[in-house]
Amino acid sequence: MSEASAPPPPDTRRLILPKVLSSPVAVIGGGIVGFWCLVALLAPVIAPYSPVQQLTPFQQPGATDATGNFFWLGTDHLGRDLLSRIVWGARRVLFFSIAATASAYAVGVSMGLVAGYLRGWIDDVVSTIANIVLSFPVLVLYVVLISVFGASGSNIVLAVTLASAPGIMRIVRGIVLDLRNRDYVASAQIRGESALYIMFVEILPNATTLLIVDACLRLGYVTITIGVLGFLGLGLPPPEPDWGGMVNETRAMATFAPHLTLFPCLAISSLVLGLNLLADGLRETELKD
Amino acid sequence: MMLATMLAVSVLTFLLLEVNGDSVVVKVLGPYSTDEQRALWLTANGYDEPAFLRYFTWLGDVLQGDFGDSIRYRAPVADVLWPRLTNTAILAGVVFAIMVPLSIAAGVLAGMNEGGATDRIISTFSILTTSIPEFASAVFLSFVFVLSLGWFPATSTMTGGFQPIQLVMPAMVLVLFGFGYVARMMRASMAEVMQSNYIRTAVLRGLPFHRVILRHGLRNALIAPFTVIVLQINWLLSGVIVVEFFFAYRGFGALLLEASLTQDIKLLQACAMVSVVVAVATQAIADIGYGFLNPRVRFT
Repeated sequence: MSEASAPPPPDTRRLILPKVLSSPVAVIGGGIVGFWCLVALLAPVIAPYSPVQQLTPFQQPGATDATGNFFWLGTDHLGRDLLSRIVWGARRVLFFSIAATASAYAVGVSMGLVAGYLRGWIDDVVSTIANIVLSFPVLVLYVVLISVFGASGSNIVLAVTLASAPGIMRIVRGIVLDLRNRDYVASAQIRGESALYIMFVEILPNATTLLIVDACLRLGYVTITIGVLGFLGLGLPPPEPDWGGMVNETRAMATFAPHLTLFPCLAISSLVLGLNLLADGLRETELKD
Repeated sequence: MMLATMLAVSVLTFLLLEVNGDSVVVKVLGPYSTDEQRALWLTANGYDEPAFLRYFTWLGDVLQGDFGDSIRYRAPVADVLWPRLTNTAILAGVVFAIMVPLSIAAGVLAGMNEGGATDRIISTFSILTTSIPEFASAVFLSFVFVLSLGWFPATSTMTGGFQPIQLVMPAMVLVLFGFGYVARMMRASMAEVMQSNYIRTAVLRGLPFHRVILRHGLRNALIAPFTVIVLQINWLLSGVIVVEFFFAYRGFGALLLEASLTQDIKLLQACAMVSVVVAVATQAIADIGYGFLNPRVRFT
């Protein structure tokens, strides 16, 4: 955040792509993320079997069973094809991480804009609530919330929103406090624009580049969170695959079937790594400007 | 402020877990209990009173160290909680004793020469370790050190008394995950200090390089990461849940998860309260310590 009152960039969306391409780190990260997005989108085409179809249990990677079914990554204890489960799992994991992050952003950004622009008692109330929520160790908060509301997709979105929105709110509030005294805000005020217009049309577009970096990092955290909740048995309900849950179901068999836990772990780690690299690369190009 | 936060959190915990007496009784007596049994239990345990009265009764008990009885263990929560907390404290202590010096050293080495080969290796390694969720690194490390090499035991149940070797795997996972974050903070801070005028002066005065780093650089570079390091205690409270569950270590994190999975309300409440008290206390330590290290903030 520079103090100089730079003119608002004309169109942030158009500026993002060249920025990604100018950083090799961001390109690698973006490539990994893009790969998983493609896998998620094309899951019905890529996956050789249904993720819940029970074929032959405990096939090793690259094995062919008696009926001639071939398994690239082997099968699990219920005879489900691991590759199909990872591919469909990508769809489920990405869908819920993006949904949860988007929902957290919607709430966090609105709260941050209101708190930072309007100040006064609204700011006090919003900031106090944020401080209280943020004083919980994050996973403890998730465990408590999920055990109260129950484990389901929508409750995970709800829990992530509750736990992450305060952090987003703090960042947005900080940016708004920095931007609210700029000339273009003052001129909009003199024009008689409504507070809502100023917050969303004048201020928010100037915060987007910073928020995109934060969103990449946060999407990584949320992916980890959904994986961890799945691993702890508090995540998305079975039998549809999610990577964390797959590890939880099969970790007891690690001595004779380690591939069952290794591949889902590789999947989630590579996705989060991609998101972190993308954020890192974007931040560095951001600093260069 | 600290007290206010804790009070607010206690209200929140209470609201979330206990305000609805009907759902509590189902968890205590099970789904097959009759309506009559439930009504009797609710009256016997004071659930007929209004929620805010119950809150103050509960808070008063908690302040006296009485967290109520655990449904699962059929024992006072306090008796279950303290040994578990001790176990986690041991694990956390080991993790800190390894992680802090290691990540500071790595951060200093990387930040001393920004953009150099050492910096690139350390930075890449730290972004890699922060990207791997704890349960995944537990799987990877177990595969290497337990299944392939057979160096360490697969679980850390400590059934045959306290065995330090069983601490290795859980500690390694936690160190690895926390390392990257602290190292990156330390690196950023060190790189900033290295560009300052007093370092340039010290170098130009012809002091030996290690003296410049140790006497002038390190002391100032440690100020900013101090907060991050103290706040790692807070993060560790999350990390231990995963790691203790994975390695079946009988600590606080595993207890919290168990309380959640078995819907043991009193136990879950106590665990949540303890973790929040620890978290708020570390926040306070971080603030006070920061003011102590950096006199500039004391006047603002």
